[in-house]
Amino acid sequence: MLAPGEMRAVIGPNGAGKTTMMDVITGKTRPDTGRVVYAADTDLTRLDEPAIVSLGIGRKFQKPTVFEPHTVWDNLLLALAGDRRPWFTLGARQSDAEQARVDEILGTIRLREHRHRRAGDLSHGQKQWLEIGMLLAQDPRLLLVDEPVAGMTDAETAQTAELLREINRTRSVVVVEHDMAFVRALDVKVTVLHEGSVLSEGTIDHVSEDPRVIEVYLGR
Amino acid sequence: MRDRIAAPATLLLVLGGALLLAALNLGTSPGSALHVPTYVVSLFGKYLCFAILALAVDLVWGFAGILSLGHAAFFALGGYAMGMYLMLQIAGRGQYGAVLPDFMVFLNWKSLPWYWYGFGQFPFAVVMAMLVPGLLALVFGWLAFRSRVTGVYLSIITQALTYALLLAFFRNDMGFGGNNGLTDFKEILGAPLSSDNTRVGLLLITAALLCALYLLARNLTRSRFGKVLIAVRDSESRTRFLGYRPESYKLVVWTLSAVMAGLGGALYVPQVGIINPGEFAPAGSIEAVIWVAVGGRGTLHGAILGAVLVNLAKTYFTGQLPELWLFALGGLFIAVTLFLPRGLMGLMPQARAPKPVDLSEEAPIPKEATP
Amino acid sequence: MRIILLLLGVLLSAPAWAQSPLLAPLGSQSFDEIRRGVEALAVSGDPRAGPVLDALQAGRLLVQPGGALFIRESSGNVVSAETDAPADASDLRPVRVNNGVRRAVDAAMGGLRLFAPDPATRADAAEAVFRSRDAAALPALDRAIAGEHDAGVRETMQQARAAAVLATSDATDADKLAAIAKLRARGDLDARAMLASLPDGSPAVATAAIEAVAHIDWALQLWGLAQGAFYGLSLGSVLLLAATGLAITFGVMGVINMAHGEMVMIGAYVTFMVQEVIRAQAPGLFGVSVLIAIPLAFLVSGALGVAIERGLIRFLYGRPLETLLATFGLSLVLQQAIRSIFGPSNREVGTPAWMSGAGRFGQLTLTYNRVAIIVFAVAVLFGLMAVLRFTPLGLRMRAVTQNRRMAAAMGIRTGGIDALTFGLGSGVAGMAGVALSQIDNVSPNLGQGYIIDSFMVVVFGGVGNLWGTALGALTLGVVNKFLEPVAGAVLGKIVVLVLLILFIQRRPRGMFPLKGRAVET
Repeated sequence: MLAPGEMRAVIGPNGAGKTTMMDVITGKTRPDTGRVVYAADTDLTRLDEPAIVSLGIGRKFQKPTVFEPHTVWDNLLLALAGDRRPWFTLGARQSDAEQARVDEILGTIRLREHRHRRAGDLSHGQKQWLEIGMLLAQDPRLLLVDEPVAGMTDAETAQTAELLREINRTRSVVVVEHDMAFVRALDVKVTVLHEGSVLSEGTIDHVSEDPRVIEVYLGR
Repeated sequence: MRDRIAAPATLLLVLGGALLLAALNLGTSPGSALHVPTYVVSLFGKYLCFAILALAVDLVWGFAGILSLGHAAFFALGGYAMGMYLMLQIAGRGQYGAVLPDFMVFLNWKSLPWYWYGFGQFPFAVVMAMLVPGLLALVFGWLAFRSRVTGVYLSIITQALTYALLLAFFRNDMGFGGNNGLTDFKEILGAPLSSDNTRVGLLLITAALLCALYLLARNLTRSRFGKVLIAVRDSESRTRFLGYRPESYKLVVWTLSAVMAGLGGALYVPQVGIINPGEFAPAGSIEAVIWVAVGGRGTLHGAILGAVLVNLAKTYFTGQLPELWLFALGGLFIAVTLFLPRGLMGLMPQARAPKPVDLSEEAPIPKEATP
Repeated sequence: MRIILLLLGVLLSAPAWAQSPLLAPLGSQSFDEIRRGVEALAVSGDPRAGPVLDALQAGRLLVQPGGALFIRESSGNVVSAETDAPADASDLRPVRVNNGVRRAVDAAMGGLRLFAPDPATRADAAEAVFRSRDAAALPALDRAIAGEHDAGVRETMQQARAAAVLATSDATDADKLAAIAKLRARGDLDARAMLASLPDGSPAVATAAIEAVAHIDWALQLWGLAQGAFYGLSLGSVLLLAATGLAITFGVMGVINMAHGEMVMIGAYVTFMVQEVIRAQAPGLFGVSVLIAIPLAFLVSGALGVAIERGLIRFLYGRPLETLLATFGLSLVLQQAIRSIFGPSNREVGTPAWMSGAGRFGQLTLTYNRVAIIVFAVAVLFGLMAVLRFTPLGLRMRAVTQNRRMAAAMGIRTGGIDALTFGLGSGVAGMAGVALSQIDNVSPNLGQGYIIDSFMVVVFGGVGNLWGTALGALTLGVVNKFLEPVAGAVLGKIVVLVLLILFIQRRPRGMFPLKGRAVET
C-alpha cells in the first residue's frame, strides 16, 4: 500500500524479491498468480511495459542504462512525455516547450554544461543522474528507483538523496536500497522484504529494532 | 563534421560516376581508348543494385540492431516481380512462339496462373516489386517482433525464411520457372534490353534511385524516429521502459527496408538478364551483410561503398582466380569482424577516439550531435 | 507321325529296362505323362526325388530310347537315375520339357525344399507355396509341418497351408475358417489380396473373410504409421547427430558457429580417408572402417574446433552477431579448402557389410544403416550427457558457462575450458559426419544442408538443454516424414520451416526454456 505522494524505501537481504517486485510492477515479469493494483482500479499484470509507462510509472534500473551513442540532450528529449508512436517521431520537430523542459531538467540534475556530450562518456554518477533526469522527463506519477547510490561517492550519495526528496514533492517514489545510511538520510517509511513477503514495515528505527529483521538482514 | 561531407560526397560519387560511365559509353567510339564497353556499364548497374540492398541491410542492422540473414529474399522477390513483367513482354517471340512464357508451355499449361495477371503492365509490376517484399516483411516482422524474438534467434529465422523461399521457388509447379528461373528477356517498356541506350538508361535510373533512397534513409536515421531506433538497437528493454514500443519501430524500418531491397531487385533483373531461385540462397543474404560490415555498419555511405568495393573484388577474383574467391571472401568476413569492427569508415580520421570495446552486444557507433 | 514314334518308344522301352514305376513316366514322350510323373514323384517322399527333379530342372536328366533314365553330374559323369551308380550309357538325349512340366518341376522342388536341412530354405519353400497356393503341395506341407521344429518356419508353413486350403474347392467350412484366421494373423498385403479374392463359399466363410480383410487393412495402417515413425526417427536421429554438437557450442556456450556444418563435413571426409587407407593397406579391416573413423573424426574435428576457438572465437565473446559473420566466413574457407584438396565432386564412402541390408519386423522394413545411426545418435547423446554430468571436465564446463567469473575465482582456467568445450562440440559434429557419410553424399557442401536444420532443432528444443535438443530433433524428423506423403518432400520441408517460425513466435525460447536470471544476460 503506497499512498499518493509518499516516498517508501524497500530493503531486504539478497533474494528477498526487491528487484522482482519492480519487475512485476513494470511488466517485465509476469507473476503466476496475484494482481498489482495501481490507482485503485488498474491491474498492471494485464499490461505490457510501454502501457504501464504511459500510466505514469517510471523505473530506474540498478545498472545505469542510458543511450550511450546519444548526447545527454537527446537522451532527455527521447524521455520527454509525449507521443511515442513511430508516425509521430518520423516527422517530429523540437518545440520550444520541449527545449525549455529539457533545459529545466538539465538544471535539476546538474548536467547543463554536459548537454552536448555523449552519454557514454559521462562518469558513473553522472549517468545515474541522467537516468533520474530521464525519469523526470517522463513525468511519472510513481517512480521506482533500484539502488540509486550503488557505486557513488559520499558526496554524490548525499546529492542523490536530496534529488529524490525534491522529486518526492510532486510524485510518489519507491526506493530499493542496501545502503542503510542512505535510507536513514531519506527518513521515510521502510518496508522490509524477505523471501518474497513483507517481514516488517515502519520507520527506519522501528524496523531496525525488529528482531526478525535483525535476524535475517541486519545481523547481530 | 564527417557526416556533413559524407552525404554530398556520396551523392557526387554515385551520380557523377554513373554519368561519367554513361558518357564514356555513349559518347565515344568503340575503338577509342576511353570507351567503356556496355558490359561494364551493366556491371556497375549491378553493383549499384547491390548497394541498394546494402543500404536496406544497413538500415535494419546498423540502426535497429536486426541482423537479417534473409534480406536477399526481399531483393529476389522484387526481382521476380520485374522478371514476370519482362517475361510477359517476350510473348510470342519465345522458342515456342506462344503467348505464354516458354516454361509454362513446357509444363503444358494452357493459361497464365492467376498470380501472373497484371504483370503485363509495368506500373503494376513495379508496385508489386515493392508490395510483395513489403507485405512479407510486415507479416514476418509483426510475428517476430511482437513476440520479442531478437538477436541471433531472429537472424536464424530470417535465414530459415529465405531458405524456405529458395525451396519453394525451385519447384516447377510454383509457376516461376523452377530451377531455371526467368530469363531470355527482350525489352523493357518497349526499349530493347540489348541496346546500349537502354543499358545506360538503367544504370542512370539505378544511380538516381540509390541516391534518393540514401537521402531517405539518411533523413530517417537523423530524425527523432532514428534516435529512438538507435536507442532500441542499444537497449531495447530500456527503450520499452521509456514508454516506446520497440516492436512498432522495428516493424516500420524492417518493412521499409524490405521495400527498398525489393526495388533494388527489380532494377537488378533487367540489367543482369536473369532471375532464378539461386538469389534466395542464404549465402547471398550473408554476403550482403558483409558488404555493410566492410563499409562500416551504421554509416549509410559505408554500406554503399562496401557493396561496390566487395563486388569489384568479387568480379576480379571470379574472373582471374576463381579458386581463391571463397578464401578471400571468407577471410574478409573474419578480418573485418576481428580487426575492423567499424569497417572502412572506422579507418577515417575522426574527432573522437574509438571507445574501448565493451562486452555489451554492439560497439556503439559515434554519431554527431544534432540539437 | 508323333503318335507312331510314341508307340514305338513305348514298345521298345518296356522290355529293355525294368524301370521303377515312380520314375518310369519321366522317360515318356508325352508331356502330360511327364508332368504327372513329376507330381507323383514330388509327393512320394522317395529319396531319389530330390536329385532327379534337380537334374530335370537343370536339363541334366537324360533318357535312353528305351526309357532308362540317367543323370549327368556336373563333373560330366553319367549315373543311373535310380541307383546313383555310375553307368556307361549311350544314345542319350535330355528328357523333354515344356512350360507345364517346368511349372510342375518348380512346384515339386518347392515341396521338396520343405524338407531341406537349412531352416531358411524351408521357410523360403513354404513362402513359395504360399504364393503359388498349390493345393497339390498340401500332403507335403502336412508332413513338413508335422516334422518341423523351428516355430517360425512352422508358422510360415501353416500360412502356406492355409493359402493352399483356401484354393481347394472341396475344403470344409471349418478348414476354411481356420485358414482365414491364419491369413488374418499373417496380416500382410499378400494375405489381404488372397482373402479379398476368395472364391464364393458359404456365408460364414465370406463374412469371416470380409472381417479379416478389414482387420488387415486396419493393422496395415498401423504398420504404415510405424514405418513412417521409423523413417521419422531415422531422420530425427540424423538431425540429432548434427545438432548435438551445436547444442554444446550454441546451446551451452552461446557461440553461433556457422562453420558447424563444416565440422560435420570434415568428419565425413575423415571417414573417406580412413577407408582409402584401409582399401590400400588392409582390405580385411574394411568392416570396421567406420568404427575406426569415429574416434579419428572426433579428434580431427575436435582439434580443429579448439584451434578455431583459440584463434577466432575467443576474441568475439559477447558479440554474437559478429561471431556469426566470422564463423560464416570460416565455413566458406573450410569448404573451399576441402574443395581444393579433394575436388568438388562427391567422394565414394562405402558401407560395411554389417551395415547394409534390411531386416523385417512384422510389416516393418528396417534398413540396418538407419538402425545403426539411430543407435549411434542415442549413444552419442547419452555419452555427452555423461561427460557433462560425471567427469571433472564436464563439471568445469558447466561451472564456466554458468558463472564465468566465479569459476575463474575458483582457479579454473576459463580460457582452456572454453577451448575444450568448443572442441567437444566440434568433435561430436565430426562423429556425426561419420554417420552422415553412410547415408549422404560426401561433398564439400555436405554440412550446409544440415546447418539450418540443426539450428532449428536447437532453437526448437530450447537452448542449453540436451533433452530438449533430442526431443526437438525427433519431433522435427517425425513431423517432416509424416508431412512428406501428404505435401511432397520440398513442400513438407517448407511447411515445417513455416511451422517452426510460427512456433518460435509462441515460444521464443524453445520448448524447454532455461529459467532464472541467467537468461537475462
